[in-house]
Amino acid sequence: MSAEALIPQWQERVRNAQITGRPLRIRGGGTKDFYGERLEGEVFDVSAHAGIVDYDPTELVITARGGTRLAEIEATMQEAGQMLAFEPPLFGEAATLGGCVASGLSGPRRPYAGAVRDFVLGVRVLDGKGDDLHFGGRVMKNVAGFDVSRLMTGALGTLGVLLEVSLKCLPRPKAETTLVFEMSAPEAVRRINEWAGLPLPLSASSWHEERLHVRLSGAEAAVVAAKNKLGGQEIAGPEGETWWRDLREQRMAFFATASQLWRLSVKPTAPYADLGTFQMMEWGGALRWLNAASALDSETVREWAHDHGGHATLFRAASRHAGVFQPLQPALLDIHRRLKSTFDPAGILNRGRMYPEF
Amino acid sequence: MRSSTAPAGLDQLVADCQVQLPDLSLLVGTEEVKPYECDGLSCYRALPGAVLLPEDEAEAVAALRLCSAAGVPVVARGAGTGLSGGAMPLPEGVVLSMARLNRVLDIDPPSRTALVQPGVRNLAISEAVADAGLYYAPDPSSQIACTIGGNVAENSGGVHCLKYGLTVHNVLKVRTILIDGTVVDVGADAPDAAGYDLLALMIGSEGLLGVASEITVKLTPKPLAAQCAMAAFDDLGKAGAAVGGIIAAGIIPAGLEMMDKAATRAVEDFVHAGYNLDAEAILLVESDGTPEEVAEEMARIKAVLDTAGAVEVRISSNEAERLRFWAGRKAAFPAVGRISPDYYCIDGTIPRRALPRVLHSIEAMTVEFGLRCANVFHAGDGNLHPLILFDANIPGELERTEAFAARILELCIEVGGTITGEHGVGVEKINQMCMQFGTAELTRFLGIKAAFDPAGLLNPGKAIPTLHRCAEFGRMHVHSGQEKFPELPRF
Ligand SMILES: Cc1cc2nc3c(=O)[nH]c(=O)nc-3n(C[C@H](O)[C@H](O)[C@H](O)COP(=O)(O)OP(=O)(O)OC[C@H]3O[C@@H](n4cnc5c(N)ncnc54)[C@H](O)[C@@H]3O)c2cc1C
Repeated sequence: MSAEALIPQWQERVRNAQITGRPLRIRGGGTKDFYGERLEGEVFDVSAHAGIVDYDPTELVITARGGTRLAEIEATMQEAGQMLAFEPPLFGEAATLGGCVASGLSGPRRPYAGAVRDFVLGVRVLDGKGDDLHFGGRVMKNVAGFDVSRLMTGALGTLGVLLEVSLKCLPRPKAETTLVFEMSAPEAVRRINEWAGLPLPLSASSWHEERLHVRLSGAEAAVVAAKNKLGGQEIAGPEGETWWRDLREQRMAFFATASQLWRLSVKPTAPYADLGTFQMMEWGGALRWLNAASALDSETVREWAHDHGGHATLFRAASRHAGVFQPLQPALLDIHRRLKSTFDPAGILNRGRMYPEF
Repeated sequence: MRSSTAPAGLDQLVADCQVQLPDLSLLVGTEEVKPYECDGLSCYRALPGAVLLPEDEAEAVAALRLCSAAGVPVVARGAGTGLSGGAMPLPEGVVLSMARLNRVLDIDPPSRTALVQPGVRNLAISEAVADAGLYYAPDPSSQIACTIGGNVAENSGGVHCLKYGLTVHNVLKVRTILIDGTVVDVGADAPDAAGYDLLALMIGSEGLLGVASEITVKLTPKPLAAQCAMAAFDDLGKAGAAVGGIIAAGIIPAGLEMMDKAATRAVEDFVHAGYNLDAEAILLVESDGTPEEVAEEMARIKAVLDTAGAVEVRISSNEAERLRFWAGRKAAFPAVGRISPDYYCIDGTIPRRALPRVLHSIEAMTVEFGLRCANVFHAGDGNLHPLILFDANIPGELERTEAFAARILELCIEVGGTITGEHGVGVEKINQMCMQFGTAELTRFLGIKAAFDPAGLLNPGKAIPTLHRCAEFGRMHVHSGQEKFPELPRF
């Protein structure tokens, strides 16, 4: 069956669910099932709506159906010398574009190139009323109407099924290398922020076990000049690439399942604090991972993140009792509820996946 | 508690302000409010019922509470440079000018951020942080005058946004006053915030969702070097192909702008930038970064321009020359203003590959409507600014201009683009919204509006048309990408 022919069927399915009030649990490749609050409802497998719809490298835009595998998209772009600059984690080969955009997760290049939301130009969504909606477009600049494409990004499917997404593409850097420095965490926070304030071609950074890794990307001359300026020990070629790939996919020993993996998104200059367990820093200091063998006090973790300009997410956990996402201020929670009811009045799509309240 | 009688209205609001907020600056006389009657789109005018000028956030909060209680509509305003009538007043409402909240509250070089009030001018941010080797990247041509609050409301761009992004890519947090006076932080000092991306909704919301009272902007390290190439082409199609060629070569220039002959001539008379006057199109291509990087990239850019058939390529040899190349482009609007009694600036975006076709159609329309048109174009990101030249004193010319403009926008939608790339919908393009979106999408927009502002008091009648209005307008929703004449050749 053609991808397009699926749409009327899915519309009917959503409309029926709206009548019965039985929730649907949207599933692409299932690689992010671990992420978010509870999974509720009948599985709504949307992986069949797949395929690249339009890709013209000179327009810097790719449009693909939600069920398209991310690996396929990346391979196609690679052939044209381009990439998804936000380096989304796949967490398994079945990962789809729809799941990537709905979960809103970005990888190592994020602080230097932008997050998935920064690259989303347009979406086609099937919302909880069963309507087939188009927002944004396939062009770089568009301010007609509210920015619903970005609202959908990271909404974890609670506002609609992503049928199609248009993304901005970027050329792959001509040169890339990785440098390693031995240093303490406080020193790493200071240095990486200092470097970020200089015109250097930084493209990724991480700190763990007294070692700071830094990636440089760009024109050959710029990478060489920066390397000479910064010093450190170089890991050139595929070994460097593997490091960042493993970090992006959380394949390093640090991420091996413990009781809880917390994700703290904070101001990059937040001081390093001993929060009672092992830490990995990314994103120039703005992303702190805590891997805890036994459950941490979630209040303490959330308060620390909040005091440093951000929020904490219980990213992976044996038990999600502590709540996954940072609770919202009451006025903002009200807005969330009203947005949810605009797109999904019966509350049938991924009910409770983001916050238990909706 | 308030009684449940009907909204008290404007008179009541003015009386309430005078009693409860004696320190709040309030303008009510016709002469006093006249300077606020329009924004940069001066053909749409209305006198507001009153103008409120808070000095700080607390006053703005108190003012909004009173407006909310009295049921009086509020139009927030920055510098009034908007080009779509977004800040045009409503006779039954008030203008809430945020211009006096113009302090840079904090500069934090280590985290590369600044916290500013909404009335701070765009360029003033870069000036304030220059000592730290940083700047605020989005640079609308109006940057000397426009405010960051207005930039947030319009998601403004500039000539450098292909590489550095629009407002939405450079703002981390917007402290927002909701219509009932509640203050919320939208976004965070961190790279992301919990919950839905409300920051993306606020940016570009044209004053319909909330009033920005503090903005945390991201700062960018100043590049060590920059160079600009100016290329002249004897054919628009070749210039368009050169733009595609640069991107295809894997280059994202810091700026990539195009001007047609009419624009080039108007500008050259005005600023003497040294443009080639015989050229059908001029391209400006900028590279920035480390000196090594710029040298490497410029060589590649020049090679692409030569291959694409440029009749002349000049590369700036020093900073003064680079600025001169840009001065022409940045002065395009005033320059055109000098050669015509009036001009109307259109703002649409198209896929770049449709450029030759769109420019040829616009040329044909100049004949059909009997009006001249000069084109400036953010070529890198497909954002067109045709400037229609007219004389409002000649009966019928404004109407013909508006019809011409509407046709250009319709064409933008047809080729898969949009009716506004950066100037917003405001009052100007409210009818074209009915062409770009169907009923279902418009209903969701109205739902979003109501989620933030249930009583519909913030900038009503702007940006999002009611379904009733679209029915009255009677124009069909044009599906993007579904062309009217699919059998015609594409470029
Ligand atoms: C010569 C010229 C050149 C221009 N060049 C460019 C360009 O290159 N790129 C570009 O993008 N634009 C350009 N513009 C358009 C304009 O300058 C921008 O839209 C600018 O962001 C408007 O800022 P402002 O402070 O003047 O806002 P205003 O015109 O006062 O208001 C614009 C909108 O913002 C809302 N608003 C203002 N302040 C707030 C606030 N604090 N909270 C909530 N809503 C608010 C208003 O209600 C209105 O809807 C140009 C305009 C001119 C006249």
